[in-house]
Amino acid sequence: MPHTTPPVDDVLAAITERFGPLESTVFRDQTSLVVPEPQSLELLGFLKSRGFDLLVDVTCVDYLEYRGAKHRYGLVYLLASTTTNQRLTVRVYVDDPVSAAEAGPTVRSVVGLWQAANWLEREVWDLFGIRFAGHPDLRRLVMPEEFTAHPLRKDYPLQGRGERHNFPVITRDHS
Amino acid sequence: MAVTGPGNAGRIELPENVVVSRLDELANWCRKNSLWPMPFATACCGIELMATGASKHDLARFGAEVFRFSPRQCDLMIVAGRVVMKMLPVLQRIWQQMHEPKWCISMGACASTGGVFDTYAVVQGIDRFIPVDMYVPGCPPRPEQLIQAIIDLQDKIQREGTITGREFDTAGRQLRKRALVEADELLVIDAARNPNVQRQLSAAARRS
Repeated sequence: MPHTTPPVDDVLAAITERFGPLESTVFRDQTSLVVPEPQSLELLGFLKSRGFDLLVDVTCVDYLEYRGAKHRYGLVYLLASTTTNQRLTVRVYVDDPVSAAEAGPTVRSVVGLWQAANWLEREVWDLFGIRFAGHPDLRRLVMPEEFTAHPLRKDYPLQGRGERHNFPVITRDHS
Repeated sequence: MAVTGPGNAGRIELPENVVVSRLDELANWCRKNSLWPMPFATACCGIELMATGASKHDLARFGAEVFRFSPRQCDLMIVAGRVVMKMLPVLQRIWQQMHEPKWCISMGACASTGGVFDTYAVVQGIDRFIPVDMYVPGCPPRPEQLIQAIIDLQDKIQREGTITGREFDTAGRQLRKRALVEADELLVIDAARNPNVQRQLSAAARRS
């Protein structure tokens, strides 16, 4: 018998009652909600209190070159409940701030809700440049500390900007 | 030992237990047959490196008996796998901690050229930052290819090695950088005392 996750209709009903109707899509028994940024932390806290105790992943999509995109970054929170086996995806769309071109957007951190978000948000900061306000230790995770760019953005070239070869050369007589 | 008759004038008969050789060749023979690898295995080629050291393709047959994980005890560093830019300073530090004479094998496509990963984080060939003696192509190379590389390195050591490690002293052998055009005038820095310049200046003054 194929494994299917239980439906999340009861959770969606509770959310609609509390936050109003939110845009949601269903694809092959995976439900995805879109929540605007001012309400995102409250919604995630509400979902945690409804039993979604496992934060599976925090990741991001850069829609810079995507046709028909209305916002640049789509933050994705994958949630799961270990008690009822339900799964839910929460999407938060953010944009670059108008004032500074290089700095990225800021959203509120969910480390207070799920400890796993500590490294997951560090990875998103490292690779996309989205700041998480309230994060206890926001620094780079996978790239070296002295790296300056955010490599998974669409305007960063695949081969990099020369950082990978910026090291001293050791020749035979040095060593 | 006796000097023989007129047919072999000047030739000395050696008994069977005496070998005449050069000190360099003797040292090379000892070193090539006891290369202790330092396995710098970062990725998939590391698995093939382990397979080469296992019993089916036995690397210990060629003297590489012990895979010491301390660079102080090794003389051959086998870089197996892609090296990211976060790892490169570590690689350089390990290389510098090895004692001379030391050699390096770059195993696999990623260590030699970056392989299929032409990305912002992968160093496109460790020979940009480390002196490499042997390159082993493959993704991953079969154990037999790595063994062939070890054998070729042994031949290289036998051919080119010295007991004091003079072959590693490359700075003395490199050509001194010279200017494209060497002129006598350049030797005299002070133009006022340079006779050629004075001559040209006075000729120009006379013409004008």
